[in-house]
Amino acid sequence: MKAYWLFKKDWQSELRTRYAINALAMFVLITISVILFSVGSENISDYLTGGLFWVVIFFSAMSGLSRVFVSEEERGTTLTLQLIASPSTVFNGKLIFNLLLVCLMNLVITCLFSILFDSFIINNVFLFVFTLVLGSSGIAISSTIIAAIISKASAKGTLYPVLSFPILLPLILILLELTKFSMDGKSLEESFVELAVLVCYDVIMLTASHLLFDFIWRE
Amino acid sequence: MSEYNLALENVSKTFGRRLIFCDLNFVLNSGCIYGIAGPNGSGKSTLAKILCGLISPTSGKVIHTFQSNTITRERIHNHIGFLSPYLFLYDEFTAEENLIYFAKIRGINFDKDKVDSLFDKLNLLDRKNDLLREYSSGMKQRIKLIFALLHSPQLLIYDEPTANLDNEGKEIFYEIIRQQSVDSLVIIASNENGDLNLCSEVIQLKNYKEKK
Repeated sequence: MKAYWLFKKDWQSELRTRYAINALAMFVLITISVILFSVGSENISDYLTGGLFWVVIFFSAMSGLSRVFVSEEERGTTLTLQLIASPSTVFNGKLIFNLLLVCLMNLVITCLFSILFDSFIINNVFLFVFTLVLGSSGIAISSTIIAAIISKASAKGTLYPVLSFPILLPLILILLELTKFSMDGKSLEESFVELAVLVCYDVIMLTASHLLFDFIWRE
Repeated sequence: MSEYNLALENVSKTFGRRLIFCDLNFVLNSGCIYGIAGPNGSGKSTLAKILCGLISPTSGKVIHTFQSNTITRERIHNHIGFLSPYLFLYDEFTAEENLIYFAKIRGINFDKDKVDSLFDKLNLLDRKNDLLREYSSGMKQRIKLIFALLHSPQLLIYDEPTANLDNEGKEIFYEIIRQQSVDSLVIIASNENGDLNLCSEVIQLKNYKEKK
């Protein structure tokens, strides 16, 4: 419940300040517009559309998800949080917030791709939804712990994508593969290995983040 | 009276090669007000943060004991009330919203009567629904006192408690601090004579600059 209240505080604060929502919304719109202008009337393959889909998600996540800790650091409220909550409460609260933000962002990107790209055709919707949910969780977990690491650095903006790239690369590669499978209409059984890797990634990142966060959070 | 004890064993702190203080050995007990004094840069705020568990000492140990049970670092925040000018609350929330969220995140019930009586005592009752960004620095300092007292902590650490306050505010603060010291351990880090006059014992940090 404590983590839920921390999430609620962050969500209320976000609705009033629009730090992350505006950054994410603008980035999603601009990136998709640039892709549309670049492609023009060319026909692009469905696999390439799937790749572009995850590229948009990766860079949009980079533009907004670090705010969860960076905004606390910039406002000087990190100390306040340290005084009222245990590190696990803070991490869980921030993770729920980022998870919600990533899910909303991915939902919007999926809708926009379905409307704007003719070649974005999903033949196994169930597998795609499964991939999207597990992928969103992985992105949220990784982004949250990386945001905590970079929030105390001076070059936050540059450091975030640089640190995120090697950590998110294995996840993105698996997600690309699974998106291809869902476009091909492969069944869940045929995608079992990739799905297992995806679940393992989420579990490992979540465990490692919980173990590391205490050291990152305290000076 | 709550039995809260704070023991410092050979506590030293350095930043890089710069020694801030060394070999602090004290036992502080509830029911008293202790002062930490020293010139600018002597490490008053650093020591206050170490006592709160916000930063670690370079060497030595700080042991918090409540009713003969040692408190782990993970749980220290439940027992500590902290006030300082470098503590910030959320400007986008009203004073009351801030306090409600802090209570809920701490996992305690928001005691509206207690908070309203503190608002009243600090002359902020009619401004409690204003956004914090509309508050002056002195008013923010008053809200921080309510933040420190919200969960009825056994250890109160005030770092420059009367910074930004007018004379009336200072007197109200002193009265509240005296009341709290009856059943809590109170530590004041300050250079203000008025603040230090409240203390029964004052630790002069300038005396802990060299290894003995």
